[in-house]
Amino acid sequence: MTTVDDVAPELVESFETTIGHHDRIEPRDWMPEGYRRTLVRQIAQHAHSEIIGMQPEGNWLTRAPSLRRKAILLAKVQDEAGHGLYLYSACETLGVSRQQLTEMLISGAQKYSSIFNYPTPSWADVGTIGWLVDGAAICNQVPLCRTSYGPYGRAMIRICKEESFHQRQGYELLMTMMRGTDEQREMVQESVDRFWWPALMMFGPPDDDSPNTAQSMEWGIKRHTNDELRQRFVDMSVPQAEALGVTLPDPELRWNEERGAHDFGAIDWDEFWTVVKGGGPCNAQRIAHRKRAWDDGAWVREAATAFARRSAS
Amino acid sequence: MSEVRAEPPQAQWPLYEVFVRGKRGLNHVHVGSLHAADDQMALRHARDVYTRRNEGVSIWVVRSADITASSPDEKDPLFAPSGDKVYRHPTFYDIPADVPHM
Repeated sequence: MTTVDDVAPELVESFETTIGHHDRIEPRDWMPEGYRRTLVRQIAQHAHSEIIGMQPEGNWLTRAPSLRRKAILLAKVQDEAGHGLYLYSACETLGVSRQQLTEMLISGAQKYSSIFNYPTPSWADVGTIGWLVDGAAICNQVPLCRTSYGPYGRAMIRICKEESFHQRQGYELLMTMMRGTDEQREMVQESVDRFWWPALMMFGPPDDDSPNTAQSMEWGIKRHTNDELRQRFVDMSVPQAEALGVTLPDPELRWNEERGAHDFGAIDWDEFWTVVKGGGPCNAQRIAHRKRAWDDGAWVREAATAFARRSAS
Repeated sequence: MSEVRAEPPQAQWPLYEVFVRGKRGLNHVHVGSLHAADDQMALRHARDVYTRRNEGVSIWVVRSADITASSPDEKDPLFAPSGDKVYRHPTFYDIPADVPHM
């Protein structure tokens, strides 16, 4: 491993000047090994989340209640695939191969967002995921458009442009159900009850338990802390929940005039760590499904390679 | 482990860089990259991955390995020759303000 001690001081200085000016680092620039490693971990985790994120909603593709909803859901799930691909490409510019990334996902060496380990037993979950899960993702992702690594920032810009449709279709779906029968309204509330806390956990551990945050912010990889973004998400969601007519499942949630922000209850971090470490309701199922898709696709990859080889000769 | 790999280790599909012309009259702009077995597949994948919302009217794909790039290490010497040629810019020349159409 190259440490800062082994490299020419001009290179280190040029890296630090670029970061200091909030300029972008590009793939062929010199960068500290820790910067590269942090980015690979973060971008890969992000890419894997998009890919695994297709499963909870894909669950409803064949059972969407109308052709309109089915077409929307298909487009959304395709977008998640596309987002995964943008991010894998960005990650590969750091010298890691697509195949390695897929294998690290399947072996569990790299993680994906814990939110996708929760099941989607209700059609309302499709709406709630769009509203809360994609809403939380947007909070996380908008500042990442200005991240210090060029390819990551550019991928995030494309993703953010597309993500807004995801949140709006989800909210509209829930609004439609809220205008329906009592039973449909109960479905929405039940779904929100299940997803609210896991959505808050999407921002990651609290700042005093997030060992990588300080360094990531110094390098301009992250622009805000986990708790700042979580607070922003809560403040955005409260009026949206009111407009929708649902109750967020937190008796301690209330406006704090002094802080100019909402106070909210304690998050169950034990649950968070259990899910991250593989003990969530769907961890095994999600990875098994991804592995099956990868294995079942092997003959397609081989056939395409063979065809290309034959056509070239 | 005794388990047999589902797939023999093989070289991955080559990497392609994708350039999209947003609309008539604009340049093709680099938008990202993807893997494909051959050129035709690269074009199809580029359509699916990078133009799902009418982002383009034309796509170029080129093998990443076929691109020759300048090295960031040589940035200064490579671009230095134009650095001291300020007379290539119109603002170098003083023209009285009352001269029209200049």
